[in-house]
Amino acid sequence: MNNLKKKKNIKLLQGNEACAEGALLAGVKFFAGYPITPSTEIAENMARKLPKIGGKFIQMEDEIASMAAVIGASIAGLKSLTATSGPGMCLKQENLGFAIFNEIPCVVVNAQRGGPSTGLPTKPSQGDMMQARWGTHGDHPVIALAPSTVNEILTLTIKAFNFSEKYRTPVILLLDEVIAHMREKVEMPAPEDIEVINRKKPTVPPEEYLPFKPDEDGVPPMANFGEGYPYHITGLAHSEKGLPISDSQQIDHFIRRIHDKIQKNIKDILIYEKYLLEDADTALIAYGSVARAAERTVKLAREKGLKVGLLKLITIWPFPDEIINKLAHKVNLIIVPEMNLGQIVLEVERASQGKCRVVPYGRVDGELINPIEILGKIQEQEEIKK
Amino acid sequence: MKQKKLLEVHQNNSVKISVRREWCKSCGICIEFCPKDVLVPDDQLKPIPENIDACIKCGLCELRCPDFAITVEGVEEKDE
Amino acid sequence: MKTVIDRYIREEMFPHIWCPGCGNGIVLGAIIRAIDDLNWDRDKIVAVSGIGCSSRITGYVDFCTMNTVHGRALPFATGIKMANSDLKVIVIMGDGDCLAIGGNHFIHAARRNIDLTAIIINNMIYGMTGGQYSPLTPTTKFGSTAPYGNIDQSFDLCELAIAAGASYVARGTIFDPRQSTSLMKKALDKKGFSVVEIISDCPVSYGKMNKIKSPIDMLKWIKDITVSKKAWEGLSPDEKKEKYAIGEFLSKDRPDYTELYEEIIKKAQETGGNK
Repeated sequence: MNNLKKKKNIKLLQGNEACAEGALLAGVKFFAGYPITPSTEIAENMARKLPKIGGKFIQMEDEIASMAAVIGASIAGLKSLTATSGPGMCLKQENLGFAIFNEIPCVVVNAQRGGPSTGLPTKPSQGDMMQARWGTHGDHPVIALAPSTVNEILTLTIKAFNFSEKYRTPVILLLDEVIAHMREKVEMPAPEDIEVINRKKPTVPPEEYLPFKPDEDGVPPMANFGEGYPYHITGLAHSEKGLPISDSQQIDHFIRRIHDKIQKNIKDILIYEKYLLEDADTALIAYGSVARAAERTVKLAREKGLKVGLLKLITIWPFPDEIINKLAHKVNLIIVPEMNLGQIVLEVERASQGKCRVVPYGRVDGELINPIEILGKIQEQEEIKK
Repeated sequence: MKQKKLLEVHQNNSVKISVRREWCKSCGICIEFCPKDVLVPDDQLKPIPENIDACIKCGLCELRCPDFAITVEGVEEKDE
Repeated sequence: MKTVIDRYIREEMFPHIWCPGCGNGIVLGAIIRAIDDLNWDRDKIVAVSGIGCSSRITGYVDFCTMNTVHGRALPFATGIKMANSDLKVIVIMGDGDCLAIGGNHFIHAARRNIDLTAIIINNMIYGMTGGQYSPLTPTTKFGSTAPYGNIDQSFDLCELAIAAGASYVARGTIFDPRQSTSLMKKALDKKGFSVVEIISDCPVSYGKMNKIKSPIDMLKWIKDITVSKKAWEGLSPDEKKEKYAIGEFLSKDRPDYTELYEEIIKKAQETGGNK
């Protein structure tokens, strides 16, 4: 082994800071946002750091405008980021749909707080999981990632940018108030160790360019505005050329194609971690800050001789149907602790196809779920079984 | 029935007026506001430059046409 | 021979979707002629619109174009301009798009003085949805949602733009497309947020509901309700209520947002900012 091994660069970062750092490492050059708890520190970090690297920050007049500006900047060629929380995420939905339908890369951070409405601005929640999937109207695909540590916030922010550029789609990063505001050790990767993906550019001359004609991977190359490729972008159903259409066959083809580009590449997009699942008869499925508690629960349960393991979901959307289906065949019971009244548990039930019992455990009081409670839920289920 | 050409060109030795019939929506603006009454409506209310010799090439019909269906060009006089 | 218009349009999209006598086409022609006169590099022109009849304009011109969502054309354009300040960004909106759902964005774009040119086609009604009253429908006039007459007071778009901080503000009409083109040229050439309002017609909605029966009558009506800026100044307050002043109202120089941000970049790189 080389004894000149690279010295690790360890920093103590807040979750939101780590998000900003990750974005910078991924090549972000534009941020538009609006102040909202608990995501504001991302905007503050961007305001300070972007101009230093020649990037641009703008505080817009509202959340809708922020999302619009992010899309505009991306079309003009800059990797773009916005960050918000529940009420702001609601306002961004229409423009998010525009970006999905026009295949415009960007990253949207939702640091989840208790809802509905103004709810609990300073307390955590995982109440926006289904909003991330179905928030904007109409059938659409989405990629959403949920980190559970500050270190993961950094690495997944980079991943989010890479997915958005690679698949020409917005990516939602789902934080929650706990990990957004928590400070933890972060191992800062050296820039040369990071994979940074940039959008594919057209290889054909402008007169042959079709902005929505996919390559074999299902993703069309993207010309930025101002690069000599004049073309049209519209929120109306559009042809491969980008012009409005009413032909039902073409419309059907387009909408299925933007779904297919995600499904086709699902192996690349799905990220998850298995913990002590090999011999488990009970599985916990958790994500975000709750996954931290669930991991601790597994240790406590094992100490008591219970065969419990954890599947930590990192990619939430697209949903890992197959992985959960396989797990459901192996275990007797799946418990899904989450800070909502049962959102991801519905997907777990669907993916399990009745192969095992699926039990929700939810909290909506703004308190983080702790390991003991989850253990209690496991023991309660053991009792029922007896 | 007589088929009308899609682009009708009318010309004298000073001006050429072209009417793109497939784009014209018969609003009548060009006919009404022509200062010299050059244009008259046909059976579909599309313009025909019947009095082309009165045209002063002001171009107002072209500028006010919402459909880009009429153009006025000067014809260079050639010495022969 | 190709006309000026032919050189800029997406011919496959024609004939366009607008009704007979709709002013949108006249405005589109005026915009194209203004751009052609300025002789700009076409690859650097971006046109952005919102939603409504007028917003379909972007589909018909062969630049980098974007037909966005209702009311938000200006923030989309702001992102584009911030990302690449070499681009000439033109934003085309209708009255409802710009000043109802998009009103907040309009005043903030003006306040920032970001280098965009906003062209607002004011037909005083929501045309696409069938004639509902807009924030620019004059008081007492009719719309499908104002069947007893409109009690709202309308905005004066130009005064609003001036108050909010725009650098260039003018008003033209579809009756005088030559003047409109010349106002647009000045607006396009102006650094900062420039605004041109074009009084237009909607014969099928506004005209029908307000007893102005044909496109021709609507153009005559526009001629009647508009006066030059100079003539306007001599009118009594009562006379002014029924008329619109036409011409250039403001042309001033103030640093635009993208220039100011370049200063921020310099500051951040030289001094490291306050942290």
